[in-house]
Amino acid sequence: MKQLLEGSQAVAEAARLCRPQVVAAYPITPQTHIIERLAQHVADGELTAEFINAESEFGAASIVLGAVATGVRAFTATASQGLLLMTEVLYNIAGLRLPVVMVCANRAVGAPINIFSDHQDSMSVRDAGWVQLYVESNQEAVDTLIQAYRIAEVCDLPVMVCMDGFLLTHTFEPVDLPTQAMVDNFLPSFCFSRTLDPDHPMTLGGASEPDNYQEYRSAQQTAMEDAMPVIEALDAEFNDQFGRAHGGLLRAYRLEKAETVLLGIGSLMGAVHDVVDKLRDQGQAVGALRLRCFRPFPAQALVQQLRGARRIIVLEKAISIGAGGIVAAELRAALHQAGIMTPVASVIGGLGGRDLTPEVIEAVFQETMFQETNVGEVGAAFQFVPEQIPLNPPFFKGGSKKKRRGKK
Amino acid sequence: MKSNEICFHEIRFHGRGGQGAVSAAALLALAAFEDGFESQAFPKFGSERRGAPVEAYVRISSAPIRAHNQVYAPDAVVIQDASLLRTEPVLQGLKPNGLILLNADEKPVQASSGFRWVSLPASQIGERHIGRPLPNTVLLGALAAGTGWVKLVALEQAIGNHLAGKGEAIVKANIEAVREGYQFVAQLVAQQRVEVAS
Repeated sequence: MKQLLEGSQAVAEAARLCRPQVVAAYPITPQTHIIERLAQHVADGELTAEFINAESEFGAASIVLGAVATGVRAFTATASQGLLLMTEVLYNIAGLRLPVVMVCANRAVGAPINIFSDHQDSMSVRDAGWVQLYVESNQEAVDTLIQAYRIAEVCDLPVMVCMDGFLLTHTFEPVDLPTQAMVDNFLPSFCFSRTLDPDHPMTLGGASEPDNYQEYRSAQQTAMEDAMPVIEALDAEFNDQFGRAHGGLLRAYRLEKAETVLLGIGSLMGAVHDVVDKLRDQGQAVGALRLRCFRPFPAQALVQQLRGARRIIVLEKAISIGAGGIVAAELRAALHQAGIMTPVASVIGGLGGRDLTPEVIEAVFQETMFQETNVGEVGAAFQFVPEQIPLNPPFFKGGSKKKRRGKK
Repeated sequence: MKSNEICFHEIRFHGRGGQGAVSAAALLALAAFEDGFESQAFPKFGSERRGAPVEAYVRISSAPIRAHNQVYAPDAVVIQDASLLRTEPVLQGLKPNGLILLNADEKPVQASSGFRWVSLPASQIGERHIGRPLPNTVLLGALAAGTGWVKLVALEQAIGNHLAGKGEAIVKANIEAVREGYQFVAQLVAQQRVEVAS
């Protein structure tokens, strides 16, 4: 049955349904109501778990590392500077191949101080070895968290569920919360094969020499690649049991015969879909693709979906300072590897909580739709969404409207 | 509401930290949801401080709501504190003929034209029922009467559910407050002193 729930509350209920036995968190800014709610559930006896108030996010991450190593399911959540403070532990969790699940309520990072939503925090730990799933709605946050424990425990990989801070966490919207029986059926109790046990002593996290360290990284990379079909299969299995699917790795929206496709991440895609509908109604061949799974990076699936596009826009709420768009760069590499020369406009916006309104998104489409270019003539590597619309200058060099045709 | 008619309303709440603007938005969205609509409520994100200007938004729709943007062109604004008229752009983007619900004894002297102004002493009414000058649920009742976008009974139900944790007395007081707000504006409507929003 659908209820109107605040995002944080909905996700806390989903976490409760996954029966974590340890919840550890640092309770103040940048924390969300997720942890507040779970602490309440533990206090009220509605969740049988140890709630540990950590002295920092570094501590919280270390606690869930230790908890999962002893074979219990654990949960933590943070955002922004809190995630940055966890970074060292995140690498260790991944290197130890511990199936930890956490929620990142995506927010900007300082300086300057800014508490609002963008993707700079989780993007900054993209190389740590965590699966990263980005959700579009609170319903998807709930469903993805439940899926995340299965993915983590099947693949021996940590999973970060990334949901936009405020835009989702503080928004009331309809959510269908599954029953405990449904979740128990989908998510069997955690049975860890490498549990730390005083009766059967072993070392976890020992030193590795130059002659074998690289093999650990290679094994992580293989595990990540192998996770892709698992993520897809579990989303399909979830759909069978719960009647909802979220696209697995990618969610396509009106891609049929789409000439201009916008690729994006997270909750901004709701407005993108509204804009796509509007432009389609006007006869424009546009579509959208949402990158749900950013790590592992689904290069082949992206190439397959984008093969027919004539121009691609990547709109992202993060920047690799000194380089540009992160998703755009990875997409260009994937297309190039596949021998596809479709131009990719890299657009960065929504940083520090600036609203990517339907008007801005439409302007991004409009500025790009009529531009034709050869890849060799692409102008700037990326562009920020300007404060004012219409956008100026065009996204492709030499992109004055309808003047030139691109070579295929 | 005709069943196959597409309905979409956006409402913006202006208040001061402590006046319950964010709660009012949540209650309105909950009530609309009770009524069978899709709805969404969220605050203007920021650092909340008591007394500081606060904004909150609600969308009510007969179709699923996908966008997570702020509300820029509301169909109605609820102003919980009249002093905000002087300092905040409370009417910005309000649609022509949009409804303004103002917590004040009467319409301001220099009221902008082209909108429908409804003033009611919501803090006084709130104080009488709740014991504190809280205007938020009174204004929700007023909004229901002025627009017909939610039913009074749905608001009462939302208050009963959402405020249950605060105790029976608080729920009862707020239900009385929402009813009086509703009756106040329903009377103005009956006297044809406010046009009902369509």
